Amino acid sequence: YFVQPHFILTTTTRNCPGTTSEQAGKSAPCQGCPNQKLCASGATKAPDPAIAEIGEKLSTVKHKILVLSGKGGVGKSTFSAHLAHALASDTTKEIALLDVDICGPSIPRIVGLEGEQVHQSGSGWSPVYVEDNLAVMSIGFLLSSPDDAVIWRGPKKNGIIKQFLRDVDWGELDYLIVDTPPGTSDEHLSIVQYLSATHVDGAIIITTPQEVSLQDVRKEIRFCQKVKMPIIGVVENMSGFVCPKCKNTSQIFPPSTGGAEKMCADLKLPLLGKVPLDPRIARSCDEGRSFLSEVPDSPAAEAYQKIVKSEFVFRKTPTQMSIVQSVTIKGQNKSCVT
Amino acid sequence: MAVGILDVDLCGPSIPRMLSMGRPDVHQCDSGWVPVYTDTQKSLALMSIGFLLEDPDEAVVWRGPKKNALIGQFVSDVAWGELDVLLVDTPPGTSDEHLAVLENLKKHRVDGAILVTTPQAVSTGDVRREITFCKKTGVRILGIVENMSGFVCPHCSECSNVFSKGGGEELAKTTGSVFLGCVPLDPLLSASIEEGRDFTQSFPDSATFSAISSISQTLLNSLQTD
Repeated sequence: YFVQPHFILTTTTRNCPGTTSEQAGKSAPCQGCPNQKLCASGATKAPDPAIAEIGEKLSTVKHKILVLSGKGGVGKSTFSAHLAHALASDTTKEIALLDVDICGPSIPRIVGLEGEQVHQSGSGWSPVYVEDNLAVMSIGFLLSSPDDAVIWRGPKKNGIIKQFLRDVDWGELDYLIVDTPPGTSDEHLSIVQYLSATHVDGAIIITTPQEVSLQDVRKEIRFCQKVKMPIIGVVENMSGFVCPKCKNTSQIFPPSTGGAEKMCADLKLPLLGKVPLDPRIARSCDEGRSFLSEVPDSPAAEAYQKIVKSEFVFRKTPTQMSIVQSVTIKGQNKSCVT
Repeated sequence: MAVGILDVDLCGPSIPRMLSMGRPDVHQCDSGWVPVYTDTQKSLALMSIGFLLEDPDEAVVWRGPKKNALIGQFVSDVAWGELDVLLVDTPPGTSDEHLAVLENLKKHRVDGAILVTTPQAVSTGDVRREITFCKKTGVRILGIVENMSGFVCPHCSECSNVFSKGGGEELAKTTGSVFLGCVPLDPLLSASIEEGRDFTQSFPDSATFSAISSISQTLLNSLQTD
């Protein structure tokens, strides 16, 4: 069963006929467009051969999950890393964690691999292993200094994402988790495009309780609908803080419009769980240790374990697709109804 | 003082909600787009893609070139008028939006950048790269703010370092930048932002207000001594 997401075409030219149309490069609005020659040559109509190569290469990966959010700083990388750790606790399974946050690669630090470098071999780039069965790839491993800035525009970011998917020698995988930067832009479009010839279980969307986050997360949900990416469910992070001294709970990030719970009810999406704020999470991440191992009895660790074991994660895809379809048929996004 | 905020976070524009601007129309005048004013005195002018979307939940799924084009328009085609300060709010990263803003502001003077971090190493790790971005693009670093720096329990006043503590100050020290100060985690600030209320009007006696005031005063002093 394949998910075939749309590739959303964007252009620099008003009234662009579309890079894959008959008129591409030939119509009046094309004059002066930097892509004109490329379009006229027919090159843009041909699908990138890497898509089929990646499809072939990842065809044996049993489960692929994207971790998305519209908002920055909500805990995507923390979640991705700990999802990978939780899955890797089953030593019979092979897990891969791919970090496509090109400008702000946090995964190496969170999994305790800062300073590690990637090696090339005949079969491609070797990922870096956290455990025997947990492999990681990030641009962080390609930078020689923690101060190095990756000041790249879209096309160059897209190029490295293609390489990460096509050229890394992951081996046989049970799970591929992809951690993304916030937003709905180049990285997200590229991941969807390059995975379009392979089956993707779907996206887990991370938010915090306040409307300022949910506002952006709704856009991320629309993005998933536009590209026909199934949504496995939503995780609400930073959901309340219990004072270690007096044990009273404070809503530091108030769910003023009902939090993820109301948003999920409105959009008919599963709420996978709510994770409370816990200072030990930040500390574990800074030290590169899994807080699931460091403080397994904490409410936060218990919440994470519950999410990972949730029936919605890695459910059979026909059911996931029906969740998405019920959202689109409601007319939330007319462009998705086909 | 007349201030403008230009929100170039095109995928996640938060400024309209934080300033309770709802969904006003953006009008054109002879000199370009009229910014959205928060009050009749026109003391605070805003521009954000949030004001241009028909449907507030609509995703802006654009690659770099289209984002760059709109940012160019925001800089050149908005009739900001006489402003004392223009603040540009950016998304995380060191990519198209950041380069586009700098390219379009080239003919104007950019005083510098304020870098905001939370205390933990996972954040400061990214902000180090942002510092390099500023150095490479010739943007002066006006200073570093350590946000979400400690939480004082409203019930018992115990301070918890939810996102660790001190990372922003240490980053400023190790990179030779000015440390502007810490802003604590404050549910009253979060609630104000949620409802688009002016926190500085509602809670002028709070420690948070005092922290934010002190930071803005330090900044103004450094701008005036140029």
